[in-house]
Amino acid sequence: MLSRDADSLYWLSRYVERAENTARILDVAYRMASMPISYNGVNSNEWESALISAGGVEQFRAIHGEVTPENVIEFLAFSDANTSSIQSCFETARQNARSVRSALTSEMWEAINSAWLDLRRLKAQRIRVEDLPRFLNLVKEASLRYDGSAMRTMLRNDAYWFSRLGLYIERADNTARVLDVKYHVLLPQDAEVGGGIDYYQWAAILRSVSALVSYQWVYHQNLRPWLVADLLILREEMPRSLAACYGALSRHLGDIAHRYGTSGAAQRQARSAHARLSNRTIQDIFQHGLHEFLQEFIADNNRLGLAITNQYLG
Amino acid sequence: MTVQSIFDEMSGHDGQCRDAYRVLQDWLKSVPPQLLDHRREEAELFFRKVGITFAVYGNSEAEERLIPFDIIPRVLSGREWAHLARGLEQRVKALNMFLKDIYGPRHILRAGIVPPELVYLNPYYRPQMHGLSLNSDIYVQVAGIDVVRVDDRDFYVLEDNLRTPSGVSYMLENREVMMRLFPELVGMQRIRPIENYVDELLGTLKSVAPVSSPFEPTVVLLTPGSLNSAYYEHSFLADRMGVELVEGRDLFVRDEVVYMRTTEGPKRVDVIYSRIDDDFLDPLVFRPDSALGVSGLITAYRAGNVAIANAPGTGVADDKAMYSYVPDIVRFYMGEEPILKNVPTWRCREKEALSYVVDNLHELVVKEVNGSGGYGMLVGPHATAEMREHFKARVLASPDSYIAQPTLALSTSPVFTRAGLAPRHVDLRPFVLTGSNGVKLVPGGLTRVALTEGSLVVNSSQGGGTKDTWVLSE
Repeated sequence: MLSRDADSLYWLSRYVERAENTARILDVAYRMASMPISYNGVNSNEWESALISAGGVEQFRAIHGEVTPENVIEFLAFSDANTSSIQSCFETARQNARSVRSALTSEMWEAINSAWLDLRRLKAQRIRVEDLPRFLNLVKEASLRYDGSAMRTMLRNDAYWFSRLGLYIERADNTARVLDVKYHVLLPQDAEVGGGIDYYQWAAILRSVSALVSYQWVYHQNLRPWLVADLLILREEMPRSLAACYGALSRHLGDIAHRYGTSGAAQRQARSAHARLSNRTIQDIFQHGLHEFLQEFIADNNRLGLAITNQYLG
Repeated sequence: MTVQSIFDEMSGHDGQCRDAYRVLQDWLKSVPPQLLDHRREEAELFFRKVGITFAVYGNSEAEERLIPFDIIPRVLSGREWAHLARGLEQRVKALNMFLKDIYGPRHILRAGIVPPELVYLNPYYRPQMHGLSLNSDIYVQVAGIDVVRVDDRDFYVLEDNLRTPSGVSYMLENREVMMRLFPELVGMQRIRPIENYVDELLGTLKSVAPVSSPFEPTVVLLTPGSLNSAYYEHSFLADRMGVELVEGRDLFVRDEVVYMRTTEGPKRVDVIYSRIDDDFLDPLVFRPDSALGVSGLITAYRAGNVAIANAPGTGVADDKAMYSYVPDIVRFYMGEEPILKNVPTWRCREKEALSYVVDNLHELVVKEVNGSGGYGMLVGPHATAEMREHFKARVLASPDSYIAQPTLALSTSPVFTRAGLAPRHVDLRPFVLTGSNGVKLVPGGLTRVALTEGSLVVNSSQGGGTKDTWVLSE
């Protein structure tokens, strides 16, 4: 297929996934912020964490200065200046979709186009803080619909695989960031302090990647910080874990290599990153340093994105 | 050409329902207006959802607009169509022969039928096309011929579009919408299908591939990009044909061969269905500032390694000055009388014509020779005295650039409005495909309708709409 089309599909999926991730992050911030102060921790500022997880703190300070719920919502959900705001993500996604319409099924196009139309209407209405959950639901549903239409209607060929690559690179980045922003509450020494407060922090992490219920099904026990990390980093059965993302990345890169009859740096990098995740234990990662591990992972993930671009999309 | 009352496609001159419309009219009488209104809303929703939009140049506010769709179809009888189709085939054949001659031996110039300066000074004349031998001598693979009528006898050609005619996606989507919204009405009579257009188009394009290309030639559709007003159509056609929709930057030329950049490396291209103006095709040959084109494309084309449809330089045959010679062109090459008439045309380049035109602006339509899309024209009877004076000055300053025609009493067709059915002026753009396998037409075309009461301008860029066009089987 055309390199430009593959590139558009790749970024289209990345932006839809990013919009959904930002929606989840905002959702959690909203929940935490509406809890009594003694539950969400004395010094914690959930809106600030949301900003850090979603990225763009410096730009936020330059535009809004003060961290208030209204400012953060405006910046992460609607801002034109923030290229990763939910609104901007759908703008870019739709532009990409338009330029690659012939590679999309009509169901995928309709999912993107109607989400874009809905968001435009909502933006014009200027939603209030208490309307946020409803708005975020709409975003999550749009992403689900897009993803579902892709799964159900696309031919299983390179167009499908490139769109999957975009989704998993973005998702891995997001899970790693969400963990990294909160890594301190997962560390063993913090686990002893305060009890109840941290419980809600752990739950919030799980919720932001929609894994709270899954946790119970996998471990059948109370929330433990190292198990939260285990679930989101190493468990292949958890769809948003780093291991699951890399399983999918190396599988789809394998599909492409098989179809094209040749493989390259992207395949090698994805395979070895996946192997590294499969061979580690969570104790091992904690010993090495959770924060360091996540930072390395984020950098490696960016490198893989670059390798895919150089090999196929340029 | 002088007609007392306006001819209506449904009710003729005298209000008597014409045969082809009988089923439609009975049905319209039987359904409540609320139902029509409801279906109209559904149609709009469909177009909006599918994203069938077009961009209006110079209008950033409403970057993407819907072309208004009218739910009342325009109906042609099988006989009307057969006559029209014969005329279109004859005309397009002659125009292809004309182009071959112009870029070859130029018999027609030596015979004194067409003034040479109209060719050589024409901004769309491309000397680079000279002496090239094209597969099956076809220059215009896709033509859109705009026809109108003023009574039930004759069709008049208003304009030949031989460069990058657009609108066929609306023709196809309009039918799709009608089948979805009005299955009961569609089922009441035999309407000839048009959905094979895309197949015929692909077949036509493949048939003109260079002789050196493989058995299954690679076809691409070249678009200026997603900001172009007809981008929806480009992506629609590429998708339906299953060919890549490329921009200039996706193509490159090496050793006089055209390739596209794919995820598997360079892939050779054999046929380019070009939807960009000649001017922008190749910055090495035409406009050096073009960022849309492909450097070296014309060299590859001249080397016979790629086909471009339509060929560069076809614009020389479709400008409004050449238009008035087309009946002579038909007679010269075909040795027969033209089946379709031309609208009488005053060429302002001719002295007597010019003085007639400036004296009678109030009853003429004046058009810029190289204009299109309804830009740069004056509809005399509807213009203010001030506009006419302004236009008169422009015509006198460069008479060669203008032609004038009588204001035709274009036929009307009923459209659905809030206040019920109302007549509006229509034209018709059938699409004519020409390949080495012959001329193909799908029955019908795009009916464009001026939605403002009394308006004669049907162009979508000027607020016109479209409707489905039914050709009944005999």
